[in-house]
Amino acid sequence: MASLDRVKVLVLGDSGVGKSSLVHLLCQNQVLGNPSWTVGCSVDVRVHDYKEGTPEEKTYYIELWDVGGSVGSASSVKSTRTVFYNSVNGIILVHDLTNKKSSQNLYRWSLEVLNRDSMPTGVLVMNGDYDQEKFADNQIPLLVIGTKLDQIHETKRHEVLTRTAFLAEDFNAEEINLDCTNPRYLAAGSSNAVKLSRFFDKVIEMRYFLRDSNQIPGFPDRKRLLGGTFKNLHYD
Amino acid sequence: MSFLIDSSIMITSQICFFGFGWLFFMRQLFKDYEVRQYVVQVIFSVTFAFSCTMFELIIFEILGVLNSSSRYFHWKMNLCVILLILVFMIPFYIGYFFVSNIRLLHKQRLPFSCLLWLTFMYFFWKLGDPFPILSPKHGILSIEQLISRVGVIGVTLMALLSGFGAVNCPYTYMSYFLRNVTDTDILALERRLLQTMDMIISKKKRMAMARRTMFQKGEVHNKPSGFWGMIKSVTASAPGSEMPDLTLIQQEVDALEELSRQLFLETVDLYATKERIEYSKTFKGKYFNFLGYFFSIYCVWKIFMATINIVFDRVGKTDPVTRGIEITVNYLGIQFDVKFWSQHISFILVGIIIVTSIRGLLITLTKFFYAISSSKSSNVIVLLLAQIMGMYFVSSVLLIRMSMPLEYRTIITEVLGELQFNFYHRWFDVIFLVSALSSILFLYLAHKQAPEKHVAP
Repeated sequence: MASLDRVKVLVLGDSGVGKSSLVHLLCQNQVLGNPSWTVGCSVDVRVHDYKEGTPEEKTYYIELWDVGGSVGSASSVKSTRTVFYNSVNGIILVHDLTNKKSSQNLYRWSLEVLNRDSMPTGVLVMNGDYDQEKFADNQIPLLVIGTKLDQIHETKRHEVLTRTAFLAEDFNAEEINLDCTNPRYLAAGSSNAVKLSRFFDKVIEMRYFLRDSNQIPGFPDRKRLLGGTFKNLHYD
Repeated sequence: MSFLIDSSIMITSQICFFGFGWLFFMRQLFKDYEVRQYVVQVIFSVTFAFSCTMFELIIFEILGVLNSSSRYFHWKMNLCVILLILVFMIPFYIGYFFVSNIRLLHKQRLPFSCLLWLTFMYFFWKLGDPFPILSPKHGILSIEQLISRVGVIGVTLMALLSGFGAVNCPYTYMSYFLRNVTDTDILALERRLLQTMDMIISKKKRMAMARRTMFQKGEVHNKPSGFWGMIKSVTASAPGSEMPDLTLIQQEVDALEELSRQLFLETVDLYATKERIEYSKTFKGKYFNFLGYFFSIYCVWKIFMATINIVFDRVGKTDPVTRGIEITVNYLGIQFDVKFWSQHISFILVGIIIVTSIRGLLITLTKFFYAISSSKSSNVIVLLLAQIMGMYFVSSVLLIRMSMPLEYRTIITEVLGELQFNFYHRWFDVIFLVSALSSILFLYLAHKQAPEKHVAP
């Protein structure tokens, strides 16, 4: 078999949201039987057909790097984690639909990756509200996935889905909500599978077909104020 | 009338402590989790509030604030409430939340948690048998019975923590023990880590491709079934001899993943050591380094004293304050008003002991909580921590009696009844010694093992 081109996608999120189950589902089309704590980083590979069904169809390897840990980890853990963030082509942000804090922490996760060049210890304290500019400037495609959908009661579903829609909008990203223990959410042809496919296509495009976006930009005029806190526009 | 005033003062302070416990819970412990069961937060804050009130009563005792009879009343009431919480409420809720996590038993939560609570009570009661803790004059359900057992558990915990803390503190503070770590070491390790990840990826690529071709072949053959299907599937799998290969590759991948985890942890360790080296060069670092030498002397002295106490079967009769005053009066010939000074000095001493032990415990609990909790088990762990905290504080009261002059000890002796206090001190010494010595051994082994890892290629 010929050696295929590859792209690297990070899977980030708090401890216990279901990243390992998600990666297992995406790569092996099977449910993960015994999820255990991820130490360091675990990688899995998915074979993806770019532009499936068209004459330009080409197969790529998508490496899913599932980085374990939490945003509040010690700075030594954060420094070690940054070694995995090199030459990233796409980011999947995973949060737990039953846990609001995990959704809020996604901002910190994304900034940890996007700012890694200028902030090796990973400590970022920001003042003011998050504005879309930061994420509009970003060239790396993002995807927001919410897990444990089955544990949300029917009555609360609408409220939760509205909140996650705002979240995805902040990141300028698509969103998928599913349950990692049920493969039917990603069944071929479902809207989730289409969104996923589109995301991977976008990642491949950014990497191989748009030459000038190979560099990952930093944020030169980022404010760094001590003791500040960030406010979240959409939730209290 | 004065009783009402006193009670209102006590209740106000209790509300303040409750608020502090609530804030601590929300800001520190449950920083990354969502509080879904408010019962847990309430129980934690209530335990904290009543524990702090006990210390407050000791301070009031020394300072002579409030009416003596109202103090006694509040002592009794406080003690009853704390014992109620520690022995009845928290164990029950621990059982309840533990059972709720198990999906199978979800429907019959209540009966199972009652069962767990009864098991706990049985072992809790049995705990009192091997220890000579109280005179056999008391009934079954008296305060003395419960306190004696709670005291044993709490004192064991205190001694374990003290022993480990006494050894770990100088080890962490002193820069003598810091291993030398350079940037090149870290870079080399990171490179190895990334190489391992690349190897894992290339193997996984082969596996993914193999799975994909098998899947596609499977579609073409349309899943044969029946007798002929079995024959077909046998012949079909022969050219696709990638099946046994997959298991072999999977084993290699498992080994590589284990290696990558170890490398990751080693790199984290190196980064942490590097940060500590940088910190030790700052002014604060040098100050802590100096403190470390001081603490190591203190630690050696404490171990020595504990051994002496056990070997010579000696329990300190006088408290440090009175002894200090005796020394200054008799040997140094300095005359001063004994009563006045003994009150103030014991207040300061006891106050320092209380504050440092509360602060130390809260910090240790937080670290412990971050290390082991996950979103499923956070409730159970917080309740366990509340239980530990309550038992710890109750036993602190038992042991602090030794640090106070005779006239202030009476209230504790009165309220807690006829416990064999000397036993608790002896037990503390024994466990402290055991804990300190095993911590020394443990740290020695850990320290020895680490540098060798970096020498190997």
